[in-house]
Amino acid sequence: MKVPLSWLKDYVDVTLPAAELARRITLAGFEVAEIITTGGSWENIIVGRITAVNPHPNADRLRLATVDLGQRQETVVCGAPNLNVGDKIAFAHSGAQLVNPYNGQMEELKPAKIRGVVSRGMICSEKELGISESHEGILVLKPEVEIGRPLVEYLGDSVLDIDVTANRPDCLSVVGIAHETAALCGRKMHIPEIACEESGEPLEGRITIEISAPDLCPRYCASLITGVTITDSPAWLQERLVACGQRPINNIVDITNYVMLEYGQPLHSFDYDRLKGHKIMVRRAAGGEKFYTLDEVERELTGDMLVIGDGERTVAIAGVMGGLNSEVTGSTTNILLEAASFKATSIHYTSRRLGLTSEASTRFERGISAGLTIPALRHATQLIAELGGGKIARGIIDVYPGKKDPALIPLTAAKVRRVLGVGFSQEQIVDTLESLGFDCRGDGAGIKVTAPYWRSDINQDVDIIEEVARINGYDKIPMTLLAEPVPPQRTEPIIGLKRKIRRGLAGHGFQEIMSYTLTGLDMLSNLAAPARPPEPLPARVVNPMTADQEYLRCSLRAGLLTTLANNRRYEEGGIRLFELGRIYLPTGESLPAEPEVLCGIMSGPRAERSWLGGDGTFDFHDAKGAIESLLGQLDVNVTFEKSLDAGLHPARQAAVVVQGGERRETIGIIGEVHPAVAAAFEVTGTVGLFEINLMALLPFAAGEKTYRAVPRFPGSYRDIALVVDAGVTHRQILDIISSYPLITGAELFDVYSGKPVAPGKKSLAYRLVYQSTTHTLTDAEVNNVQEQLLERMARELGAILRS
Amino acid sequence: MLEKIETIKLEALLNLEAIDSARDLESWRVQHLGKKSPLTQILRGLAGLSIEERKAAGAAANELKRLLEESSARKGQAIRAKEMAAEAGKESIDISLPGRPYPAGRLHPITQTIEEICDIFVSLGFQVVEGPDVEWDYYNFEALNIPAEHPARDSMSSYWVDTPAGDRGKQMLRTHGTAISARVVEKMRPPIRTIEPARVYRYEATDATHLNIYHNIDGLAVDRGITMADLKGVLFEFVRRYFGENRKIRFRTDFFPFVEPGGEIAIDCGVCHGSGCRVCKDSGWLEILGCGMTHPEVLRRGGIDPEEYTSFAFGMGLERLPMLRYGIEDIRHFYNNDLRFLRQF
Ligand SMILES: [Zn+2]
Repeated sequence: MKVPLSWLKDYVDVTLPAAELARRITLAGFEVAEIITTGGSWENIIVGRITAVNPHPNADRLRLATVDLGQRQETVVCGAPNLNVGDKIAFAHSGAQLVNPYNGQMEELKPAKIRGVVSRGMICSEKELGISESHEGILVLKPEVEIGRPLVEYLGDSVLDIDVTANRPDCLSVVGIAHETAALCGRKMHIPEIACEESGEPLEGRITIEISAPDLCPRYCASLITGVTITDSPAWLQERLVACGQRPINNIVDITNYVMLEYGQPLHSFDYDRLKGHKIMVRRAAGGEKFYTLDEVERELTGDMLVIGDGERTVAIAGVMGGLNSEVTGSTTNILLEAASFKATSIHYTSRRLGLTSEASTRFERGISAGLTIPALRHATQLIAELGGGKIARGIIDVYPGKKDPALIPLTAAKVRRVLGVGFSQEQIVDTLESLGFDCRGDGAGIKVTAPYWRSDINQDVDIIEEVARINGYDKIPMTLLAEPVPPQRTEPIIGLKRKIRRGLAGHGFQEIMSYTLTGLDMLSNLAAPARPPEPLPARVVNPMTADQEYLRCSLRAGLLTTLANNRRYEEGGIRLFELGRIYLPTGESLPAEPEVLCGIMSGPRAERSWLGGDGTFDFHDAKGAIESLLGQLDVNVTFEKSLDAGLHPARQAAVVVQGGERRETIGIIGEVHPAVAAAFEVTGTVGLFEINLMALLPFAAGEKTYRAVPRFPGSYRDIALVVDAGVTHRQILDIISSYPLITGAELFDVYSGKPVAPGKKSLAYRLVYQSTTHTLTDAEVNNVQEQLLERMARELGAILRS
Repeated sequence: MLEKIETIKLEALLNLEAIDSARDLESWRVQHLGKKSPLTQILRGLAGLSIEERKAAGAAANELKRLLEESSARKGQAIRAKEMAAEAGKESIDISLPGRPYPAGRLHPITQTIEEICDIFVSLGFQVVEGPDVEWDYYNFEALNIPAEHPARDSMSSYWVDTPAGDRGKQMLRTHGTAISARVVEKMRPPIRTIEPARVYRYEATDATHLNIYHNIDGLAVDRGITMADLKGVLFEFVRRYFGENRKIRFRTDFFPFVEPGGEIAIDCGVCHGSGCRVCKDSGWLEILGCGMTHPEVLRRGGIDPEEYTSFAFGMGLERLPMLRYGIEDIRHFYNNDLRFLRQF
């Protein structure tokens, strides 16, 4: 809402500088986005009067104008056609900043010799002053301005561009902002008396108004002005509209716009003679009905939209836009003026469905008070009669089926303190509220408050308490830190687990990434080899903006592989990435499941590039090592089992399985990304991957730690190398070793096949730790156990001790 | 005899002074403490002396022996230290060479911001609570005083999910973290203090300062006796801890359907320090959060009696905070996942 200070001053005496007023209004809830100043650059421009106009001695089209500037006279060369002796004009001295009408730039005016005549100064056009685009002639000022005074005193203005919050449609108006200003500056409002002289024939019998949808139209008021001449509006009205960012059209349209800007109440003017049957029917539209709005677009209406009809057809979409079939034209003489109140949600619905917003609809959809209709209608009617030369029919019509008694809201100083935490006396509260136009009546211990008729946002005591707070200023509120005891903290365990895992992985050299949760079906399909859409299909948004953000992700892999490919363009070293976030799995009727999932990938050289060297690239075993280490930190013991994941290398993958008491659960998967999948994401080389469902992990990770005493007696170390069939797994060997309680550790330190090991065989070398909790083991004891162990290895696995 | 001992002492210590190598020290030891040294001779000859002489000379000779041994040990340490220093000067490594690499990962800056903010509020007695990204219309809008056709819905254009509507309305992607607060007032009973990080979605075009998928962090406190002074105290404390003690803070009235009175907190622009620039759109202020006293209707819908309890709520766009703190010019950096960006945090 653009509010010119010059207009605001019609209703309230503002003496504050524009910037300070803007600051106060901003703090009180309406952010002043910009202060547009007219005349801020008008130094060296003063009022002058033309005392003589003479021909230029050397040029036909140019003339010499002598200007009285009060203290002295100046003669300047001028090309404008409208030089008239006696006119008061804006005179710019050399040094003034003016707009160059040919390139729109601000330039400094310099003395010049034009065709042999020296000219020190200039008579300005509106364009040169930056007021408008007009450059057809010089700006002629009103006769009453004083010669020699700075121009800014007469034409300077500041326009506040105010963001009005959705709850205050009353402030989409100059009067609304004036009420705020009055309260914020401690001034009284003075709204000029509306002199709406009803001198014409009675209105009764000349129009019938019926509201058949009172649920959507609580009030409909109308006046009739006859014998009107459609013409241009006077300059003062046009200037105000322009200052507020509106284009003048003709006197009738301009007046309805002007009064809407003044009071915030949209008005609509009908050509009375084009209303069939001289009837107004406020009703729901017929479904499928076609209608041409004022912007010459054909609209299809539905049965739940509110329209204004005449005796035969629709003539306006209520609160949104009028129709071509009843609009005021150059030949209109009789005007029916409408000021109505419509249900906010209905106007919002219609405007949204039709994709049509207007100054009227943006006001109505915020819920304008029905109380504004009559003052706005009377002022507009008065102006039409004044500026259009018509007669006002007697008796304004006011159909008000939604009339309600104003609410009396009880309030006490204690209640105000209870919310704000600062004490205001009842007197202070009443003063504040009255300055905003509220009515307060003493009522025993407290007061009963009635909101002023223009306010539609006051429904309960907290609404009034906010008024007290914002007008007195939020800086009056002290600062305290919650005095009550801290509530018990029962944070969901998943939140702590996520923190541990993120820190663990960062410590392992993984960089965390975050990708968009909306993705394309292509991306998700490419995660399988061969590519195919996930089953079941992931959750889809109805109104995607682009195809690559149509589905909620059901895997974190796509984001990671994309990130890997993107970063590979400039990063040659090893890349370890992880994302910990949600995936979204449809559940049918209910909200999707949103498990937190961890996914990590590692690709490129295993060792950081260094002058110290390093070798190998990341593969399956790195992914496994990362997950073993991470889960080890969480004291979760896992085993790895064969798995079948279409996105991973078929021979290089394993399911991560946890066994905890009776429970046994697959919590994730590790492997190498399938080469076809990697290729689809433009990733080259081996990519190790791990993926853990944190919801599945959580029950195992939340357990208590189990303490075991640190060994008191030294251990004995024995190295053994076993030759077994290539198909025998480390796991099988480990299972046998771990059945001997005296062996407390078995570290695999070498895996070898090739000569001299026989073909089809492999050698596994272990360092075994023998240790007792009760005494230092003798060689004999150790040898005894190891013999049993080797014997069993030979029997069960065909293992031979390699010498 | 005592004189002789005194002479030995003077000579030995004088000689020791002049020694500066381990080899010389060794020959000094032989000369002054060795088997053939005068002192050893004296000690050996003690037996031949009278009892009185033996007593006096014995004590003096033993005292001298201890002194010489201590002195030579001290000298030995000094010589070794000197020799090592000389050695180190010869054997030099290039200390500017990069160390043997240890992989170091980092947390995403948004994770860091969420954790930092949560930690501040946890220290004030708040508890971290999360909620679903896919949300019922009821929790995102209805429960927060934003019924159908409310103009506030226009400023929060929504993504709708392709699933059947339930008794809590249609499924959508939550447009603000406040949806979690709507769930909290329904599920938890006072006293409540929650801090609620959330990924949020807006059906909007993206540019350098707007994303269609980003994060919010909301908070809520419900108890007997909570006032707007508590709101102000808690949020000003948060702003000082996150942005530093010296920032100016502006607290002004604003409107959100789910609070009354409502407010907005801004800090002075770190770029222009209040004089106006492009970053603050010439206002000198940077808005960082919206807040207010929870609307009684919101509490009532959650089954909390607003006559007994009062409450405050707040919410902020998360990405904006590190952007303001570090001067990051484009919000899209956070989700491009360029390692050259991520590794700076
Ligand atoms: Zn700035």
